[in-house]
Amino acid sequence: MTVTYEEALQKYEPVFGLETHVELGTRTKMFCGCPTAFGAEPNTQVCPVCLGLPGSLPVVNQRAIEFAIRIGLALNCSIASWCRFARKNYFYPDMPKNFQISQYDEPLCTDGYLDVLTGGETVRVGIERVHLEEDTGKSLHVGGATGRIQGAEYSLVDYNRSGIPLVEIVTKPVPGTGYLAPEVARAYVTELRDVLRTLGVSDVRMEEGSMRCDVNTSIAARGSGAWGTRTETKNVNSLRSVERAVRSEISRQAGVLDAGERVVQETRHFHEDTGVTTSGRSKEEAQDYRYFPEPDLVPVAPADEWVSSIRASLPELPSARRARLISAWSLSELEFESLRNAGALDVVEATVAVGASPADARKWWLGELARKANDDGIEVSALPITPSDVARIAALVKAGTLNDRLAREVIDGVLWGEGTPDEVVEKRGLAVVSDDSALIAAVDEAIAAHPDVAEKVRGGKVAAAGALVGAVMKATRGQADAPRVRELILERLS
Amino acid sequence: MAITRDEVAHLARLSRLALSDEELDHLAPQLDQIISSVAQVQEVAAEGIPPTSHATGLTNVFRDDEPVACLSPAEALFGAPAEELQRFKVPRILVEE
Repeated sequence: MTVTYEEALQKYEPVFGLETHVELGTRTKMFCGCPTAFGAEPNTQVCPVCLGLPGSLPVVNQRAIEFAIRIGLALNCSIASWCRFARKNYFYPDMPKNFQISQYDEPLCTDGYLDVLTGGETVRVGIERVHLEEDTGKSLHVGGATGRIQGAEYSLVDYNRSGIPLVEIVTKPVPGTGYLAPEVARAYVTELRDVLRTLGVSDVRMEEGSMRCDVNTSIAARGSGAWGTRTETKNVNSLRSVERAVRSEISRQAGVLDAGERVVQETRHFHEDTGVTTSGRSKEEAQDYRYFPEPDLVPVAPADEWVSSIRASLPELPSARRARLISAWSLSELEFESLRNAGALDVVEATVAVGASPADARKWWLGELARKANDDGIEVSALPITPSDVARIAALVKAGTLNDRLAREVIDGVLWGEGTPDEVVEKRGLAVVSDDSALIAAVDEAIAAHPDVAEKVRGGKVAAAGALVGAVMKATRGQADAPRVRELILERLS
Repeated sequence: MAITRDEVAHLARLSRLALSDEELDHLAPQLDQIISSVAQVQEVAAEGIPPTSHATGLTNVFRDDEPVACLSPAEALFGAPAEELQRFKVPRILVEE
């Protein structure tokens, strides 16, 4: 039975939760000194430890512990004073040992939160835990029609990724967001990504798999106060997909319940192309990981002084920056969101820092420049124009040397590599003409060419002067100082 | 009984060990005996003493984040039963349904 999202929300209340895996940006792996560079030739960044060869012993990368603590502190978590790694036992070809080293009942960081801004509202998402583990290898499935594991005849495994430090960040269940659940889920992942990027602990590239989400979703009848059976959707690897996965699971589960059936607790796979989820491994027997403390690694006990020094070294986090900029630039939360969503925060702040007004900086970066970036399919910050260039253009407009139309031409010139704004103005001869002697000639020509309009203005219809201003602007290829032209026309016809 | 024959069979399956009925008949009582023997430790364990996972008492044994030399792909794949495209070749992961 198909139920639309709107219909589902009329009857049911959703609860979601997210488990996010993030590859840490350390130089070496979690338990060995192999490099972690992305895109290396297969099986060139491996050693006996990350290949799980007999007799090899893991040693913890201190930087990975430090990064995990940074994340925990930024997410307002408590940092364990003592914790252990654990073996999670299972067999799978992408894991060369018969276990993954992870953390189980003693995570490094627990019980925090992240405040998330969406649609002008702030939602506090609880953080259950942040723990450390190792990534698995990468499989290439051969022989099937689709390159998927289903139908493949055999698989080829590259262990370069095996053993790369991974943190798993698990939220508490998030109830009460109702219709906005998919957007809040997306906003959480967006905010988390920004936090991790600010901390410098990961490159957080979802498209390269360095940040991956599993989305838990359940629904229950509105007003029942109960929580339904949840499903876990894997393979959700873009911000947009997080939103779509929650939305489609809510609709699907509503269809199941409306048909009088029960939602099955299972793993589901998200399909990027269709936006729907399909059942995963329900036929396998329930997982039995037989966790036990990792005997080859001694416990981790971060000293208070170490944690304090890490805390003292934290950069300004996105939430603090948000509060500071909203206040300093007199923005509404929605205006702030549009800046952030356009990826323009850094460039606008840098433009303001070199002298532009916040309003001017926002106007140019969110207007003309955002359009150009969109046309080229790149981030606005990747445009070949600097914040100093934009500040200079804004200053030229403010000084009356350029009008908005000419400023756009200067932007074009800078983007085409013609030099600095001043060089473009010089080379293209773009300055506004406000020299009266030059303008008066053009004004007289326009009056002569449009005697009927001139007569109307003489007769007191001042509004008709607009047509003459337009003629002068056209004749001067937009470079005339329009307000001055208007004054001159009215003087000549008074 | 500390461990049943069914539990041993379950563990064997999880550990990818193909044990025959005869082997289970033989091993299950032995494992039961081993566990019972080791369990005697619990009789002397005092209240409030946490279970021991590590005997050395060490904590924070760390390594600096400095790269070291890796194996060559040839060395890495030396013991692989099969390889292709410089990768470990493994049998079909999902069985046909």
